[in-house]
Amino acid sequence: MSQVPPAHPPKIALKNVHKAFGSKVVLNGIDLEVGRGESLVVIGGSGTGKSVMLKCVLGLLSPDSGSIRVDGEETTKLRPREREKLLHKFGMLFQGAALFDSLKVWENVAFGLIQGEHMPRAKAKDIAIAKMGAVGLGPEVGELFPSELSGGMQKRVGLARAIADEPEIIFFDEPTTGLDPIMADVINELIVKCVKDLGATAVTITHDMASARKIADRVAMIYQGRIIWTGHANDIDNSGNPYVDQFVHGRGEGPIKMQVRAL
Amino acid sequence: MGFLAATGRAFLIFLEATGKLGLFTATALSHCVRPPLYPRQILRQMIDIGYYSLPVVGLTALFTGMVLALQSYSGFSRFQAEGAIATVVALSVTRELGPVLGGLMVAGRIGAAMAAEIGTMRVTEQIDALSTLSTNPFKYLVAPRLIAGLTMLPLLVLVADIIGVFGGFLVGVYRLDFNPASYISRTWEFLEPIDVISGLVKAAVFGFMVSLMGCYHGYHSRGGAQGVGAATTNAVVSASILILVWNYLITGIFFSTK
Repeated sequence: MSQVPPAHPPKIALKNVHKAFGSKVVLNGIDLEVGRGESLVVIGGSGTGKSVMLKCVLGLLSPDSGSIRVDGEETTKLRPREREKLLHKFGMLFQGAALFDSLKVWENVAFGLIQGEHMPRAKAKDIAIAKMGAVGLGPEVGELFPSELSGGMQKRVGLARAIADEPEIIFFDEPTTGLDPIMADVINELIVKCVKDLGATAVTITHDMASARKIADRVAMIYQGRIIWTGHANDIDNSGNPYVDQFVHGRGEGPIKMQVRAL
Repeated sequence: MGFLAATGRAFLIFLEATGKLGLFTATALSHCVRPPLYPRQILRQMIDIGYYSLPVVGLTALFTGMVLALQSYSGFSRFQAEGAIATVVALSVTRELGPVLGGLMVAGRIGAAMAAEIGTMRVTEQIDALSTLSTNPFKYLVAPRLIAGLTMLPLLVLVADIIGVFGGFLVGVYRLDFNPASYISRTWEFLEPIDVISGLVKAAVFGFMVSLMGCYHGYHSRGGAQGVGAATTNAVVSASILILVWNYLITGIFFSTK
C-alpha cells in the first residue's frame, strides 16, 4: 500500500459490509481496501462469499448494511442512473465468460462501446478488433458466435470485452476455473499484461493458487464472510495464519471445515 | 393450528409474488417510455413475434373458421337457421376466437421462448454482464419484448380474423353449397367495427401479458437448467390463465351494457 499517495482515497473501500440471504449470513462484516493501480487477489473456498462481495461492489446485489466507497464516493445508496454512470469505471470478466450468445464475437467485445457509450458501430468494430488483438485473437474470430469457441477462447473474448472501454477497475471472477494449466497460464499472463497496460485497479477472486501468485500484488483471504488475513503476495507462504496455510497448501486437515450447503 | 399457519403462509407468498410482479411491471413500463430505446432489439422482437408466428396463428385461425362453419351448420339446421352461419363465424372469430386462440398459440410459442432465453441469460450471468457494460437489462431485454408483444399481436389477430372468416367461407361454399356472394354479404351485414376493435384491444392486452410473463419468469429464474425449465412452464401457464381471465374482463367492459 506504500505506493498509494496519501492524498488519494483508496480506489475501493469496504467497511463492515453485511449481506444475508434469508437466515443464511454470507458476508459478515467485510473490511477491505484496494489501492489505486493495485492488483488484489481474494482467495477463499467455494461458497465463502467471494462472488457476493464483488456483486455488492458492482451493485448487482445490495448489501444489508455497511459502506462501500469507490474513489471515496459512497455507492450503496446510488440511484439507478448514477449507478449506470459509476459502472462505466468497471469492467468484469465473469466465471463462465457470460458472452451474449445471440451476438457475434466482435459485437460482444464492442457491446459496452455501442450500447453503453453510443459509439458508431464501424468505429466500435475497429476498437473491438484491436482489443481482440491484445488478447491474441485474430480479426477472423470476430465473425464467429461465442458457442463456436472453446472455453479458453471464450475467456479471452470475455477479457477483451472487459477491457474494451478502458475501465479504471477490473474484476476477475475465477478467471482460470475450468481451463487446462497451459491455457490458465496464458490467461494469467494476459490479465497481468492488460491490467498493466491500462494502469487499472484489479480485484481477482480465485481458489487457484498458481493464478493468485502470478496476478497478485496483495492477497486477502476470506473465510465465513470475513477477511481473516491480508498481506503481500510474497508473504503468503509464511503468513503465520493457520487458515491461510491450510488453503495455500491445499490440506484436507486443518481449521477450515468443508461447507456442505451452497450459499 | 397447522391448517391456519399453512393458509397464512400461502397468502403471504401470494402477496409477495403479486408485489414483485407489480414492481417488475412498473419498472418495465417506465423503461418502455423513457429513452434511450433500442430500435434494433425492438425490430428483432417484432419480427420474431409478428412474422414468425404467422404460420401457426394462420393455421389455427383457418381451421377454427372451418370447424365453426361446420359445427354451426349441424346445429343451426335443426331449426332452419342455416342463413346465420356466415354471421356467427364472423362474430365469433373477430370477437373471441381470433384473439384468444391466437393469444394462446403465441403464449406457447413466444412466452416459452422468452422465458427460456432470458432465464438462460440469468443463470449464465449474461444479465449481470449487461449491467457491468452500462446497459440496463430492463431497457435492453424487457422493454423491447413488451413493446413488440403489445403492437404485434393486434396485427397478427387482424390477419387471423381474415383467415378465420375465409376458412368459414371455404367450408360454407365448397362443403355446404352456399352461394359465395350471399355468404360474403351475410358476413358483412351484421359485422360492426366494435366487433373487430374489441378483438384487437384484447389482442394488445394478451400480447403484453405473454411478453410480461415470459420476461418476468425468465428474469427471476434460479438454479440452472431445472430453474429455466420451471420458468418456461410458469410463463406459458400463467400467460394462458391471464389471457382467459382478461378475455372475460375485457368482454365485460365492451359489451356488458348492450
